[in-house]
Amino acid sequence: MKILTGNDLVTGDVIWWAGDGWSRQVGDSADVGVHGEDLARAEEAALRVVGAYVIDATVTEEGVRPAHIKDRIRALGPTVRPDLTLKPNDADAGNWVI
Amino acid sequence: MYRYDSYDQSMVDARVEEFRDQVQRRLAGALTEDQFKPLRLMNGLYLQLHAYMLRVAIPYGTLSGKQMRKLGEIAAKYDRGYGHFTTRQNLQYNWIKLADAPDILAELATVEMHAIQTSGNCIRNISSDQYAGVSADEVADPRPWAELLRQWSSFHPEFTYLPRKFKIAVIASDDDRAAMRLHDIGLKLVSRDGVIGAEVYAGGGMGRTPMVAPQIRDFVPEEEIVSYLEACLRVYNRYGRRDNKYKARIKILVHEIGVENYKRQVEEEFAHMRTLGLNPPTEELDRIRAFFAPPAYETGLSEDIDRSDPAFALWVDRQVAAHKAPGHAIVNISLKPLTGIPGDASAEQIELVASLAEQYSLDELRVTHAQNLVLPHVRKADLYAIWQKLDEAGLAEANLDLITDIIACPGLDYCALANARSIPLAQKIAQRFADNERQAELGELKLKISGCINACGHHHAGHIGILGVDRKGVENFQLLLGGSGAEDASLGQITGPGFSEDGVVDAIDKVTEIYLAQRESGERFLDTYRRIGMKPFKEAIYG
Repeated sequence: MKILTGNDLVTGDVIWWAGDGWSRQVGDSADVGVHGEDLARAEEAALRVVGAYVIDATVTEEGVRPAHIKDRIRALGPTVRPDLTLKPNDADAGNWVI
Repeated sequence: MYRYDSYDQSMVDARVEEFRDQVQRRLAGALTEDQFKPLRLMNGLYLQLHAYMLRVAIPYGTLSGKQMRKLGEIAAKYDRGYGHFTTRQNLQYNWIKLADAPDILAELATVEMHAIQTSGNCIRNISSDQYAGVSADEVADPRPWAELLRQWSSFHPEFTYLPRKFKIAVIASDDDRAAMRLHDIGLKLVSRDGVIGAEVYAGGGMGRTPMVAPQIRDFVPEEEIVSYLEACLRVYNRYGRRDNKYKARIKILVHEIGVENYKRQVEEEFAHMRTLGLNPPTEELDRIRAFFAPPAYETGLSEDIDRSDPAFALWVDRQVAAHKAPGHAIVNISLKPLTGIPGDASAEQIELVASLAEQYSLDELRVTHAQNLVLPHVRKADLYAIWQKLDEAGLAEANLDLITDIIACPGLDYCALANARSIPLAQKIAQRFADNERQAELGELKLKISGCINACGHHHAGHIGILGVDRKGVENFQLLLGGSGAEDASLGQITGPGFSEDGVVDAIDKVTEIYLAQRESGERFLDTYRRIGMKPFKEAIYG
């Protein structure tokens, strides 16, 4: 599947296109098919995202997972600072990232 | 330390307000990202892997306690409670909100700091020796010249859009603690017949095409250093390539047209510059130099250090360096705790070091290119009290220049350009070699890790260097041996095929075993490598 990601213009947070808006959880990602580039342009013009780009992802039993390690790290947070990830209290949260 | 005059302050304040307006226009949609990006980069604001990142300039790595405290306050107030000291003696915040950036810059301006020219194709922060002004072997404190160059290069209209970024280092000792010859231009202050001037080196750098800068002039009198550099930059600005960013640095120009050709053109331009009367007035250098006058050190101090606490004695042996003033010492503070992140410091640690600088180091501290901190003016009698406070804060690691004193870039954990993670690898190596006796047995061994070919982790200059690459979406690590960023500058050579993260740790283990088995008396790792060459190491690694 193809999913769309970028950073929130104001906060810089990593965000994922969820079909009807943006989410901070990669698991909410929607398949953008061939419309990713158009969506990115429209959302950037609407000042909701910056640096948007389309990536490959797969659907697993645990949810949507970006294909490339860089985007998996973006999805959760730095692997060396679990306390700064999206799931700071889950020691196993990063098992799928690497 | 240098203090802003009204010109410095008004320039920085004006830039803050200009950027505040630009951010407001961006948030209101009056500027697109394409229009805004070069403006934010001119103010050190990047968009990184997880958020905006702000790079704050620390000119020649010198800070007051008040400035350091402000860095900690900003980390606590606007970021996530920490900052990252970089290999260019700067500090980076990793989690900045765009709307906060103007307020952060305004707060920095209140302590005479900024983020100007920490990005972009301009002259970047001038770096220098962390022992400047306190080292017994220097011919002069290099910082007045570094400050003069900071002022010359700030907003220099001719050099704001160079072919590529431009990094300058200034040192004044035979011991090069600033990787001077791995800069676009390196200056080494020397004395000739009692006259201060500079040896000039041009065309060094790391990145994808590493080069050690050749000397292009053996002496430029101090009053003509700015004019000579202006000539160097003009030739580069005129002929440096703008069609290919990977071939745009001055090192490529010097290499492609040849050192002698580049020197000749610089000399021609310099001859022209001399007719223009552009040398800064002597009074200005004198004015700047006055800020760096040696402090009135207390006299009659004892040289004795009570070494009855073994942990303290170990720390003294490793972290404390000789000071030019009797009864004083230079304290190196390691930012390389064994399970920590190289260069990171929490807001609380930053505040502590600020307080230590104020209380024990004549209100001054330094940042090193090896991502450590320095208290430059410490009474030996105060060392134990300082060590106790550092120890309580997790800052008393005794590993300066040992294998666990690792330079590591932020890598793929933070950086949008990276291909592999540097920090977890640094942590694994540190844990493998954690034993103090083993580290001491290995002696000076500078290990440097970069997460991509841009080489922010100085892997080319590591006695042992590691380069992270992306191999079909999987992290892979190339091993290099034999680099040095010191006065014996050299570039590391790749051993062969790369390794997994665990594999490269094992390979380093084997490399150190070969060193221990084959070293001769007094040899550092680098010396042994240079004597016996790559072959024994390769055989041990690859079998």
